[in-house]
Amino acid sequence: MKSLMTKTLTRCAVAMAVLAATASAALAADLKVGLSVSLSGPNSSLGVPYSKGMAAAQSYKGEINGRKVQLVVLDDGSDPTTAGRNARKLIEEEKCDVIMGTSGVPAAIAMAQVAKETKTPMIGLTPIALDPADNPWVVTVAQPTQLMVDAVVERMKRNNVKTVGYIGFTDAWGDLVYDALNKATAKAGIKVVSNERYARADASVTGQVLKIVALKPDAVMTGGAGTPGALPFLALQERGYKGGIYGQHGLINPDFVRVAGASGQGALMPTGPIIVAEQLPDEYPTKKIGLDFRSAFQKVNNAPTSDAFSAYSFDGWMVFADAAARAKGEPGTPEFRASLRDAIFSTKEVVGVHGVYSFKPGNLYGVDERARVIVKLDNGQWKLAP
Amino acid sequence: MTWDVALILGIDGLANGAVYLLAGLGLVLIFSVTRVVFVPFGDVAAFAALTLAAFETNRLPPTIGLVLTLAVLALLTEVGSLIRRGEHRQIPKALLLWGVLPAVPCLLAWLAARAGVPASLQIAATVLLVVPIAPLLARVVYQPIADASVLVLLIVSLALHFLLSGLGLLFFGPEGSRTAPLASGSLALGDGFTVSGQVMLMVASAIVLSGLFFLVFERTVAGKALRATAVNRVGARLVGIRPARTAMLAYGSASLLAGLIGVLIAPVTTMYYDSGFIIGLKAFVAAIIGGLVSYPMTAIGAIAVGLVESFASFWSGALKDVIVFSLLIPVLMLRSFLTPHADEDEEEVDQ
Repeated sequence: MKSLMTKTLTRCAVAMAVLAATASAALAADLKVGLSVSLSGPNSSLGVPYSKGMAAAQSYKGEINGRKVQLVVLDDGSDPTTAGRNARKLIEEEKCDVIMGTSGVPAAIAMAQVAKETKTPMIGLTPIALDPADNPWVVTVAQPTQLMVDAVVERMKRNNVKTVGYIGFTDAWGDLVYDALNKATAKAGIKVVSNERYARADASVTGQVLKIVALKPDAVMTGGAGTPGALPFLALQERGYKGGIYGQHGLINPDFVRVAGASGQGALMPTGPIIVAEQLPDEYPTKKIGLDFRSAFQKVNNAPTSDAFSAYSFDGWMVFADAAARAKGEPGTPEFRASLRDAIFSTKEVVGVHGVYSFKPGNLYGVDERARVIVKLDNGQWKLAP
Repeated sequence: MTWDVALILGIDGLANGAVYLLAGLGLVLIFSVTRVVFVPFGDVAAFAALTLAAFETNRLPPTIGLVLTLAVLALLTEVGSLIRRGEHRQIPKALLLWGVLPAVPCLLAWLAARAGVPASLQIAATVLLVVPIAPLLARVVYQPIADASVLVLLIVSLALHFLLSGLGLLFFGPEGSRTAPLASGSLALGDGFTVSGQVMLMVASAIVLSGLFFLVFERTVAGKALRATAVNRVGARLVGIRPARTAMLAYGSASLLAGLIGVLIAPVTTMYYDSGFIIGLKAFVAAIIGGLVSYPMTAIGAIAVGLVESFASFWSGALKDVIVFSLLIPVLMLRSFLTPHADEDEEEVDQ
C-alpha cells in the first residue's frame, strides 16, 4: 500500500515537474537533477529510502547561485534495462544536467553506459565496479569495499588477531569481500585460514562452521549481506565459538539485527559515520551535517531515518551542488554538462554525511578514511567503537 | 574429520532428513492419489513458518487474507459448477463446506494474534490456518483438470508454485524470519557433545507421524480408500469410492504435514517467502528414491538426502546442492533398469 502510494506520489511529482518545466522554460533556466531508483520490485526496500533522502536533500539545499534545482524521479522497477531507458529519458526528454542512481549495481552500470554515450555527468549511489578510464563521466559517493575491509583488518590487528577464518556468500559479494580481506591481511601480517562459502538460500551452515571452528582461528570474518548474512553468526554461537566475529557494511541493516538476535552481540563491522551520527565526537567533520540531514529528513518525510541509503542520496546532492556552483554556462546545454563534469572531478573536501569527498579524474571513488567508522552491535543497537 | 565432527554432522543430517521425510510423505501421498507432483508443498510450509513468526511479533498473520481469498475462489468455482449441473439444492452445503469451514481457522488465528496468548495455542492456530490452503488450491486448480496427463498436472503445479511464492512476497515481504525454539534445553552425550531439544523434537515428530501414517493406511476405512484410489482410480470408483473426496483428504493431510514442517523448522532456519521451494525439491529427491509410490523407501531416501547434504556442506560448502541433486542421476538410472516400464498415463487420459 505504502509503496503504491509513493509510486502514485512519484508519478504526480514527475507530472508536476514536467508541467513546471514547460511553464518556466521561458524564464531563467533551472538546474535539473534526474534520479532513477527502484520504487517497486525486490530492490524497493533500498530504492524508497534513496528517493526519500533525495527529497530531503532538495529541501535542504534547493537553490544554487540563485538558480532553483528541479528533481525528476523515475522508477526503474528493479530492472537494469528499465534503468538504462530511464537514464535516456531523463537526459533526452527531461534535459537533466546530471543523473543519479540507482539502488542496484547492475542497473547503475546500465545507467553509466547511457551517461557516457550522451556525455552527461552521473553520480552513482552504489559501489559501481567500472573501469574509471573507460567511464570519464561517472563518479560514485559510496565507499569502495576495500576501504571498508581495510578498516576491519586494522581493527583485527589492534585486537591481536593472528589468524582469521572466512565464511561468505557463494556469489560476487562473497568473492569481493574475500579478495579485499586477502589484500588487507597480506599487508597486516594476518593469515586467512579458510574460505568457506554458502548460498543465500541455504538453511544451515553447520558443516562450514564446524570446519572453521576446528581450525581454531583467532577471529572469523563474514562475507554475507542482509538477513542471510546472520546464518554464520547463529551457527558460530551454537558451536560455542569464543573468538571475535567481524562483519562488513552489507550487514548494517535492521533485519539482520532482528534475525541474528543475541548471536550478533559484540560483532564489529565498518559503516559510514551517518549510522552513528549522534555518537560521533563533536570535532568529527561529518557530525554537524549528519544531524542537519536527520532533521531535514524528518521534516520532509515525517519519519526518522536510520538507514545508510537515504544518506548516499544526500551526499550525491551535496557533491552536485558544490560542482554546479562552480560550473559555467547555461543549464540544459552540452557546454554546461561538460563544465559540470570538470567541476565534479575537481571536487575538493566537500563534506557529506557519509564522508568528505574529493574526486580526481581516473578514480570513481572520492572518499578516504573519514568515510568509515567501526561500530559494535550491542543489545540490538549500533554503538560507535572508536 | 574426527569422530565428534562426524557425530555433529550426522545429527544435523538426521534433523534435516526428518524434515525431508515429512515433506516426502506429503508428496508421495498426493502423487499416489491424484498423480499431481505437488510443487507448492514447500511454499505452504514456508507460509506456516512465516505465520508463526507473525504471531510471535503480535501481528495479524497475512495468511488469513490468503486463505480467505482462496476460499472465495473455491466457493465460486464450486457454486458455478453446481449451477451448471442444475444441482441448486446442493448450494447451501457448498457454502458451508467451502465458505464457512475454511473461515473457522481464520477466526481462530485472528483470536490468537494478540499479546498474551500462549505459544502452544499460536502454534496450533498456525498449523490449522495453513491446512485449508492445499485443498482450496486443489478445488480451484486441480479438480477441474483431474484427468489430465501427469505432465500437464506437473506444469500446472509449477505455475502454482510461482503464483504462491509471488503471493508470499506480497503478503510477507522479502525479509526472512526466525521464531523462538519450541523445545529448549539439550541432551548431553559424552564430553562436550550435545543434541539440542529442537533437533530431538524434529526427529521424534518424524517418527511419530510416519507411525501414524502407517496406522491410518492399514487400519482405517479412509486410509484404505486412499490406498485404493492410489492403486487404481477407475477400480476405486467402481467400488464406490469418490476420487474427488479422497483427493481432498490427501491434500488436507499433506497441508497438515506442511504446516507441521513449517512450525518445526522455523526456529532452526531463517525462513523467507521462497525458502519452501528448496525443501520441496530435496523432498522430491527423496520421493524419487521411493519411486513416488513407496513410503518406506521415501523415508530412507529422505534420511540419505539429509545426511549427504550435511556431510557435503562440510567437504565443500559451495557444491553442497550439486552433490545432493547429483544423487538423482544414479537413482533414476538404477530405477529405470530395475522396474519394467509401464505407460499407465495413456490409459488414464481417455476416461
